[in-house]
Amino acid sequence: MRILVCISNVPDTTTRVKFSSDNTSVDNSGVQWIINPWDELALTRAMELKEDSSNAISTVTVATVGPATADPTLRKALAIGADDAIRVESETGDAYQVATQLAAVCKSGDFDVVLCGIESSDYNGSAVGGMLSEILDIPSVSAVSGLKAEGEEVIISRDIDGGREEVSVPLPFVAIVQKGIAKEPRIAAMRGIMMARKKPLQVVPAVESETLTGYLEFALPQAKAPCKMVDADHVKELVGLLQNEAKVL
Amino acid sequence: MSVLVYTENWDGRFKKLSYELVSYASGIAGMTGGSVTALSIGNVGRDELSTLGSYGATNVLSAETVPSGLDNQLYTQVIAAAMEKTGAKVLVMANNNSGKAIAPRLSVRLKAGLASGVTALPESVDPVIVQKKVFSGKAYAKVKILSDSAILTLSQNSFEIRETGGSAAIEAFDPGVDASVAKTNIRDVQKQEGKLLLTDAELVVSGGRGMKSPDNWGPLEELAGILGAATACSRPVSDEGWRPHEEHTGQTGKIIAPNLYMAFGISGAIQHLAGVSASKCIVAVNTDKDAPIFEAADYGIVGDAHKVLPELIAEIKAARAQ
Repeated sequence: MRILVCISNVPDTTTRVKFSSDNTSVDNSGVQWIINPWDELALTRAMELKEDSSNAISTVTVATVGPATADPTLRKALAIGADDAIRVESETGDAYQVATQLAAVCKSGDFDVVLCGIESSDYNGSAVGGMLSEILDIPSVSAVSGLKAEGEEVIISRDIDGGREEVSVPLPFVAIVQKGIAKEPRIAAMRGIMMARKKPLQVVPAVESETLTGYLEFALPQAKAPCKMVDADHVKELVGLLQNEAKVL
Repeated sequence: MSVLVYTENWDGRFKKLSYELVSYASGIAGMTGGSVTALSIGNVGRDELSTLGSYGATNVLSAETVPSGLDNQLYTQVIAAAMEKTGAKVLVMANNNSGKAIAPRLSVRLKAGLASGVTALPESVDPVIVQKKVFSGKAYAKVKILSDSAILTLSQNSFEIRETGGSAAIEAFDPGVDASVAKTNIRDVQKQEGKLLLTDAELVVSGGRGMKSPDNWGPLEELAGILGAATACSRPVSDEGWRPHEEHTGQTGKIIAPNLYMAFGISGAIQHLAGVSASKCIVAVNTDKDAPIFEAADYGIVGDAHKVLPELIAEIKAARAQ
């Protein structure tokens, strides 16, 4: 069984967001790039499954769409344990453009299970995994918080309102994963970092693609009013404010 | 411009979110003098379907023969068939589990640009230009849909319900989709009945590492009980296994927008704030006066949650008794 984990290269989640002077694009100068947190959880789970020798998982591949500046992020994924990496040489457009590129990677790679994080922490689109599955015309399962292999079958837990379902779909499929899929993201060890340098990172040309959406303008949220402090010995005052001022109780 | 809205049901019932969606669709239709058709999938009673009319749907398509277990491919084709039947140019769905599962597939199938997690009506509908949050709430962006049709997924609790007092014509809808399209085999369902969902809750009471131990959650749950609030927690708390991961609120957990969010012993890391900053009112109780949660909060108390919680419970009880 071959697993592909789709990786989005995103600014560190603590980054202060800045824009170009006309506010039409994001200013990425000085940004620290990381593996999108949900993709990192997906990769962690993929490695756990592969390391369990009772599962017949041959390879874990990671793929991203982007320019060469995304390579260090792919190396990080290799250091965490992925066997090989693919980067589609392209500027990243919208989710549809990215999904089109990843679909081409899937078609050329004969993957059985494709893992995508539920969203990326930059544009919060929650779209690439679902789009990818529709382009490939294969099943997708979303809100996935558990994944295990049982022989030739993969058993998936997905979150539903107020609970969870255990489901299975025929291979190949796309699992769109969220919190719970792995306990904590795995951190690369020194040995992994050394080994990652020698692992294959293949750069492939982009296929023809289009975009369905575009960003016109960015803005920061308006500053909010300062917090009203209440003395810890006057909790009653807080209840009054919530009742009469905020009118939420 | 005619608008289709997919109104999911929960065991045959709609909830506030459904009416938010219809109200939102109605707002878009109103910008161009178009009409709203609501699509329901699965078995929903006539009385329940007709409630959608009160929020602006003039027609309801009821695809009642489609099985209710979510299969992304089947649901995608059913909704696509309804888009074709109605000739709608805009599709409105929820930005929840099922919306996130289906909307991207529909975007490809219909070649319709997707703007996900919108919180307000578009500023224009031809072309569709709509504002959405990006960078987990740290910024806003204006998205332009470049295709003929558009799909907008609405964030829960972000759009005011508007009763129009109208009524809807209900029509059985056969999407003409072969059931064998569905490939999802649902093997087991575990569901807690009657529990208030975090994403539905108007009031949320939340605890962080400052609660110190999973054994200290009693007063927090008591407060939630009195208020009719849902309970939530910060990431370290769910990572430690003190609380179930369903309660984790923050960037990688649930994103919520209740009327009141009360944070006890939560320092307010930027990743936590990403999940709660859309709350209408935030109350923070923390021992550290410099904790970043106070920058996001509307009301704050510098103090120990274990001391403040019992007093707060007593004061709310006293205020309620008056």
